[in-house]
Amino acid sequence: MEAGVATRGAAPRVGLRLPGVGLGLGRGTVVLYLSVIVLLPLAALSGQAFEDGLATFWHQVTSPQALRSLELTIVASLIVVAINAVFGTIIAWLLVRDEFPGKSAVNAVIDLPFALPTIVASLTLITLYGNDSPFDIHLAATQAAVVVALLFVTLPFVVRAVQPLLIEMDREMEEAAASLGASGFTVFRRIIFPNLLPGLAAGVALAFARALGEYGSVLLFAGGLPHTMVSSVFIRQQIESGNEVGAAAVSVVLLAASLLMLAAISLIQRWGSRHERSGGSDLTVMPMSGEDFAAEGGDDERR
Amino acid sequence: MGITVEGACKSFGDFRALDDVSIEVPNGSLTALLGPSGSGKSTLLRAIAGLETLDAGRVMIEDEDVSKKPTQKREVGFVFQHYAAFKHMTVFENVGFGLKIRKWDKAKITTRVHELLRLVQLDGLADRYPSQLSGGQRQRMALARALAVEPQVLLLDEPFGALDAKVRKDLRAWLRNLHDEMHVTTIFVTHDQEEAMDVAGQLVVMNEGRVEQAGSASDLYDHPANEFVMSFVGEVNRLGDHFVRPHDMAVSLDYDEGTEQAMVQRIVALGFEVRVEFVLADGTDVWAQLTRAELQKLELRQGQIVYLRPGQARSFSGEEPPDGDGASTSRGSSSGGDDAEVSAAA
Amino acid sequence: MSAASGSRSRWGLRALGLGYLALLLLAPLVTIFYKTFEHGLAPPLEAITSSDGLHALKLSLLMVAIAVPLNTIFGIGCALLLVRHRRRGSALIDAVINLPFAISPVVIGLSLFLLYGTKGWFGPGLDEAGIKVLFSVPGMVLASIFVSLPFVVRETVPVLQEIGTEQEQAASTLGANAWQTFWRITLPAIRWGVAYGVVLTTARVLGEFGAVSIVSGQISGETETLPLFVEKQFQNFNQAGAFGASVVLALLALTTLLAMNVLKRKEDA
Repeated sequence: MEAGVATRGAAPRVGLRLPGVGLGLGRGTVVLYLSVIVLLPLAALSGQAFEDGLATFWHQVTSPQALRSLELTIVASLIVVAINAVFGTIIAWLLVRDEFPGKSAVNAVIDLPFALPTIVASLTLITLYGNDSPFDIHLAATQAAVVVALLFVTLPFVVRAVQPLLIEMDREMEEAAASLGASGFTVFRRIIFPNLLPGLAAGVALAFARALGEYGSVLLFAGGLPHTMVSSVFIRQQIESGNEVGAAAVSVVLLAASLLMLAAISLIQRWGSRHERSGGSDLTVMPMSGEDFAAEGGDDERR
Repeated sequence: MGITVEGACKSFGDFRALDDVSIEVPNGSLTALLGPSGSGKSTLLRAIAGLETLDAGRVMIEDEDVSKKPTQKREVGFVFQHYAAFKHMTVFENVGFGLKIRKWDKAKITTRVHELLRLVQLDGLADRYPSQLSGGQRQRMALARALAVEPQVLLLDEPFGALDAKVRKDLRAWLRNLHDEMHVTTIFVTHDQEEAMDVAGQLVVMNEGRVEQAGSASDLYDHPANEFVMSFVGEVNRLGDHFVRPHDMAVSLDYDEGTEQAMVQRIVALGFEVRVEFVLADGTDVWAQLTRAELQKLELRQGQIVYLRPGQARSFSGEEPPDGDGASTSRGSSSGGDDAEVSAAA
Repeated sequence: MSAASGSRSRWGLRALGLGYLALLLLAPLVTIFYKTFEHGLAPPLEAITSSDGLHALKLSLLMVAIAVPLNTIFGIGCALLLVRHRRRGSALIDAVINLPFAISPVVIGLSLFLLYGTKGWFGPGLDEAGIKVLFSVPGMVLASIFVSLPFVVRETVPVLQEIGTEQEQAASTLGANAWQTFWRITLPAIRWGVAYGVVLTTARVLGEFGAVSIVSGQISGETETLPLFVEKQFQNFNQAGAFGASVVLALLALTTLLAMNVLKRKEDA
């Protein structure tokens, strides 16, 4: 995903001060707000995880159930992002390049998992595919349930990451490739896909991060049995049983994974905009529903 | 031989982009499709390439009806206004793309790509990415890429439209030289009349989806078929029903029969030529193109009263366009409008 | 890809993509409405208008009323900071803002729990001062703010980048001071981006489950938001109640989708 045009919106040279965001005050307020809301709690978490020492931390993290749930969480998340990478791209393709009745409704509905509370998702999934399933599909309290729930919540990430890139894609590149003799599939493989890759990768990374930490949608549907327990449910359970250090320890592991994903996304975006003239700004762009940004130009071009 | 289009029609919704267009492009020639925005010239070019499908009519390339053939199979080289560079590939990979998918072996590709890069003066930049090139360089790369697969036909869609004036002029000359060397049947689209006349051997003037006239630059200039062609290809003054070229306006200080009185409004020196703007007694604005020498001889000043004699005025009124609704074949001269010699110049 | 894309592959793709969507998204959506009114209007209505149900609804709305304005003001200010006054630390601020996207709500809840709890860093101090954060509204507000932090910033930043500083500079030359410039020039220009961010923030706060469940203790009638109410009803085998509340949340979600769509169009215009 390209970030914005770098030259515009850069810090104005002299004189323009914007309210409350005059350098001293504004910056300080923002940092304070972020610290209180985000950083302090996370610091407390990390602190308490290691409160009883590194050995205890390790012991907690490697307890059989902790490991089991971690394994389930990671494997399920990987499966889910792989599936949604494919389907998400297909759906994005259909939304951008195809015409069919009800397309704008479909486009709107993609965001449903963003908008619907996760607990409601869990409730409906268990109703549809649980014990009283009208389709006679019984997935409740199985590992498959985890996968299905995660598929639901992570679909929009991939679609919304790929969509803007498809919209923005220079059709003429495809026409040029066709004029040079490339078949439809070759055009997709050599021209379209490489240009979608950064967006897809970022969408996948974000989806993965979300899947790792997902709680509400998995809770009712997959339940809390030992073999269907994801890490977030495990953590909750540890809190209930008073094992706060254990909960904190596993949380720190998840937190580390999240940070890793965010770093990956940032790197992917940098890599993705390496062919853009302007180089992009270094503010990340999250796959929210569709923004597209201005393209670059050569330096002997008319403006 | 060459390219023939017969009865091409294409609409986009209610908009008629091509209205029964027929042209003939001789083999090995360099032809310009010239016209204002919306005239259908790009649509026609893209139809020849197969990037647009015609509602009616057909396209023949080298005597073969390719109307049903997809772009991939037509063996046309296409160059876009905004380069359509494969931005995720290096210059080398861009130029070699057509060869790669034709499964040429690596060594042959390397030789050919470097040969072409030398031809377009981009060797040494093979490992750069398009984003690292200037606009002019990108367009040369695009040309090399199109030529790599030895197309039968080269099609260029406003190839210099996105570039600075100076670069445009340079590339124009360069394209002409390239064509002289390679002799590939080439069609390019432009809205710039000067560019068309400078580069092409043959021009096809289009307007509102129809061909107005086709011929060589001097054919079109000296014998325009209608008002549109006359005012599009070159400058005109309109005097009632008649059209006069600014350099055909004789300016004299003395009254004579057949001259019209005018007052000098403005004198602008544009390099070698001088543009003198007048207003006639009835309020019409006209202008004449004089050389510096002529200007000095007349010693014109603003506000001065002079007498203008149109050297050669044309009138197209009351006449049906000679060949029915728009379709006219190129080849040699066109049928022009009424060349009314207003009066024999003294 | 010009002209003919194999018509068969087109239909194949459609079947695949749309079929997937129908199974994954549409089916659940339809189910909610069907299941709720399966036994008529009465059961869900009764549940939602029970005192616990109403309280849950009110509490959810209260969360929105507090968290959204705070995050909006923060969001605009932060966006201005990041775009118009970039400094060395901006990338770091940007990174921190993205954290709520990637962290599990349970982890968020736990971290708040460990900060404000009796054994936590601030716990004893707050106890002494008689301030109750956990198992009470303030804690829930903090959780709601945390999870919905990034949206307004993320939606405002690109808009700010795109409009550039020229208009603001023009206003400056015409004599407008900083506040006037912001109020009359900048804010109107970014309003659709901000609105979109507000809608996303609201949806997130309303739907928040994991973090709030830990921080609130889920005390019925006191610290139970609507999503928590749904879970409690389900655990108590009260399907009607669970679905009744779900329908309310689903309707809010659909309204959100609608608003998102309308605003997206305004933003692109």
